[in-house]
Amino acid sequence: MAHAEETPQVTVIPPDTAKIKKLWTVAGILGLVTLFEFAVAFMVPHEYKDLRVWTFILMTIVKAGYIVGEFMHLRYETKVLFWSILIPMIFVVWMLVAFVYEGIHIGLVR
Amino acid sequence: MASTSTVTVPAPGKSAWDGGVSPMNASYGKLMMWFFLLSDAFTFSALLITYGLVRSSHPEYTGAVDDFVFSQAYWPIPEKVFEAVPFFHGLNAPLVFVGLMTFILIMSSVTMVLAVEAGHRMDKRAVEKWMLWTIIGGLTFLSCQAWEWSHFIHGTDGGSLLADGTKIFGANLSINQYGPPDFAAFFFFITGFHGFHVFSGVMLNFLIYYNTVTGVYERRGHYEMVEKVGLYWHFVDLVWVFVFTFFYLV
Repeated sequence: MAHAEETPQVTVIPPDTAKIKKLWTVAGILGLVTLFEFAVAFMVPHEYKDLRVWTFILMTIVKAGYIVGEFMHLRYETKVLFWSILIPMIFVVWMLVAFVYEGIHIGLVR
Repeated sequence: MASTSTVTVPAPGKSAWDGGVSPMNASYGKLMMWFFLLSDAFTFSALLITYGLVRSSHPEYTGAVDDFVFSQAYWPIPEKVFEAVPFFHGLNAPLVFVGLMTFILIMSSVTMVLAVEAGHRMDKRAVEKWMLWTIIGGLTFLSCQAWEWSHFIHGTDGGSLLADGTKIFGANLSINQYGPPDFAAFFFFITGFHGFHVFSGVMLNFLIYYNTVTGVYERRGHYEMVEKVGLYWHFVDLVWVFVFTFFYLV
């Protein structure tokens, strides 16, 4: 009787292949996006700086979306949890934009 | 028992926020992990925003990319700094090694999410297998970063010529052959802080692995700890995605 809890009865549920396949698809997308970033880094000349920078930023947001949404499962959480995490980050993005512009002007008056 | 995935329906006329139910439908531990990660994201954002501010206040290199030389007068082009690969001394392979590191971290994120999936199915063997792969991925990434730091600190064969005629090699917190001293300071702080997160992540992953092997979670009846530490591990991967873009690509 004392040993009853030492050997628990565990039923292992067989793997859900559709779910696992979806996870690997997300991994594939992340890999492809990274490869695309490399292609842009080497094939788009540095003269097109704005195009390069905005492509990188867009691709980063795509990757972040897949990691947070699928891997961290945030897409499937309740709406209130989803927005509790996302809304503060929107302010952070504004802070980044503001400080980069501030930096450009510091450079101009230096 | 696992009360985490139970859907709680509030009594009629009673709001989900009046108590007795968990309105966000997540356990206390998972919720606190989310809020911790949010605060950690603020810390990393502060580092990256400061980097953005300081970098944009420095002059940009304006000449032809092929003629680029290291100078303290302007901010360096990252792909001219990070172009070395271990065992291939002298080979010019811009961003290849960082790309490999990115791939390793993404793969370890996949193995982590597979461990979480196996935990939902109470499959102890599969959790053990995938946690072990995740730990190996984390350790590989840390080894790569150790090499990267060592190369960055020791510098290139040619070094860099200062205005007063002295030659400097590599970088530390006071001198920097690659560009303005701030460049090296940010490299050490941002990748160092991230590397420290990877290190603690590997430690946590090992604890989870140990507890899985000894059957702690099997006796507990659920593998929610794998999920919570998994959130942390994915966050570390997420931060690297941003560091990769803003430090190495842009």
